[in-house]
Amino acid sequence: MKSKRINFEWIRTTVVILIALIFTLILILLVSKEPANALKEFLIGPIDSMRHIGNVIELMIPLTFTGLAVSLMFSAEQFNLAAEGAFFAGAIGAAAIALTTDLPNIIHPIVAILGGGLIGSLITGIPGYLKVKWNASELVSSLMFNYIAFFMGIYVINNFFRDPNAGAMVSHKLPQSVLLMNLIPRTRIHLGLIIAVIFIFACYYFIYRTKWGYELRVTGQNSKFAEYSGINTLKVILFAQLLGGFVAGVGGATQLLGMYTRFSWQSLPNLGWDGIIVAILARNNPVYVPLAALFLAYLRIGADIMARMSDVQNEVVYLIQGIIIVLVVAERFLAKYRHKWVFKEAKSGISEAEGE
Amino acid sequence: MDKFIEIIFSVSFGYAVLRVTTPLLFASMGALISDKAGVINIALEGIMLIAALTGVIVSAFTQSAFLGLMAAVLAGSLTGAAMAYASLNLKTDIILSGVAVNLIGAGGTVFALYLVAHDKGISSSLRSLVLPKVALPIISQIPVISDIFSGHNILTYVAILSVVLVYILVYKTPVGLQIRAVGENSHAADSVGVSVIKIKYTALILSGAFAGFAGAYMSMGYVSWFSKNMTVGRGFIALAAEAMGGGTPLGTTIACFVFGAAEALSNSLQSLRVPTEFVQMIPYVVTVVGLALYSSRKASQIKKHLRNRG
Repeated sequence: MKSKRINFEWIRTTVVILIALIFTLILILLVSKEPANALKEFLIGPIDSMRHIGNVIELMIPLTFTGLAVSLMFSAEQFNLAAEGAFFAGAIGAAAIALTTDLPNIIHPIVAILGGGLIGSLITGIPGYLKVKWNASELVSSLMFNYIAFFMGIYVINNFFRDPNAGAMVSHKLPQSVLLMNLIPRTRIHLGLIIAVIFIFACYYFIYRTKWGYELRVTGQNSKFAEYSGINTLKVILFAQLLGGFVAGVGGATQLLGMYTRFSWQSLPNLGWDGIIVAILARNNPVYVPLAALFLAYLRIGADIMARMSDVQNEVVYLIQGIIIVLVVAERFLAKYRHKWVFKEAKSGISEAEGE
Repeated sequence: MDKFIEIIFSVSFGYAVLRVTTPLLFASMGALISDKAGVINIALEGIMLIAALTGVIVSAFTQSAFLGLMAAVLAGSLTGAAMAYASLNLKTDIILSGVAVNLIGAGGTVFALYLVAHDKGISSSLRSLVLPKVALPIISQIPVISDIFSGHNILTYVAILSVVLVYILVYKTPVGLQIRAVGENSHAADSVGVSVIKIKYTALILSGAFAGFAGAYMSMGYVSWFSKNMTVGRGFIALAAEAMGGGTPLGTTIACFVFGAAEALSNSLQSLRVPTEFVQMIPYVVTVVGLALYSSRKASQIKKHLRNRG
């Protein structure tokens, strides 16, 4: 029974994506003078060359991290939206550690990434703490912490690590020992891909195979029930927020050390917000996160290529994302068919049982 | 330090506080109405952007600032209605619908801006209009007071008026009673014949309309153009103001003025030798501290209440 319902979720998600794509098609037809070309670049562009495939994978890496982070935080039914700030702070922390310490090759990036993760968990942890301690809305305070993390980070870079010889506001060059190795030549796919895979398994193991993960799931599904069965829900909620921020921070650190040689972001990269979409598509399940991240990365790169090669702007993709979020989360969307589906399955199950 | 005090007690600072508080007042009234009906509208930010751009485009094409304002408010209401449809009819989580609207607002406005103005950053190629500034009749005669309170954009006065209107609507009218009933216990409201869905629709549409006013003020008063992501978190700060103000019109208004003062301060401190990043951070830090203080006080009140009862 349960597996059938999961199957239906797959069908539903596919239908949503198709609707979003049809909407895109209509939009492109409306605004473009060369719709066929625009559509071709959008759909095929990301796989038409090794470099573009590389771009998709490069973008998939940070999206996987933020998707995992948001999945962890949302699993506790907390709308902590500070993954964005945690991701940014993680990169800042990694830059600071990279530039102030002098460590041997393999240890240097590990320390920088873990440091970035810890700073990330601070950014999501404070709203979580305010929530469990005084019931202050985690939604509002986490939104504020995105901005606080941003301005604090820019302050740190400008005042302590800024390279006066570089034209723009960027940090000193990061030492070679801290940068993540490139995995595939002619692309920028870096060691972060392996780290992301490790985190996917770790998060899956944590949520589905440990006592803490079980408590987290019970708390998320029904916090009253969890409390009555003796789970310390406040502790579980706070822990999930800290862990989510840690993963987002690791993501930011990995992104910096894998893709850049200096810290050069002048605004929030928005990858934390994208993590929300990834988590929604993946239904908070770590195993589906990379799939959702791949899908979103494909859309993004496709839109970028389309914007470069045709007259349609890449912001189209935000409209698609909005539609996907609303329809995927919509309980009622296709609900009628789900009832029919479940009913049919149940009936055939009964007749089979009778047959035996 | 002397310079700091000089800034705070200057007349122009008082004027600036009112100027930057206006959009917060509108948006927080939007937050208040939907919160009273039990729906959290985190899309205020996105709605403000949509409305700001609509106002610019319509005023540029009709050459009427008033029509621009009306179109902006209409766009806000329609977005509110769309959210209501998604959350009430399709049963999408209201917070995630809000996230979706914010995404569409941030990206969609840039998309539309490029179609109309052929620029991805700013609408300066459109000849859009601004709403007029108003000199108040008697107050404009009084020396210092007039410099602070008179000569603001007309929407600043509308914003202050709207606080009173929201108060009357929520606490003195039958609709307001129904809104509060639905927000406090929708099942109870339903059982006495209140149409929960209709009330929530009303609240979200009104909430969107207020965010529409806020957006119109941003692009047709605060400045005279639309620029990418020009609201920079004001919709979120308005949510915080409503939470900090305990969901009452007066408390929310006071909280808005606190945030407005923090923002005005950060604008004028930029001329001093304080790191700009810290100055820009002030409104957000004040919000978190204020929210924490308010919540801790409320938590201890609840504790005390429980102890007394037990």
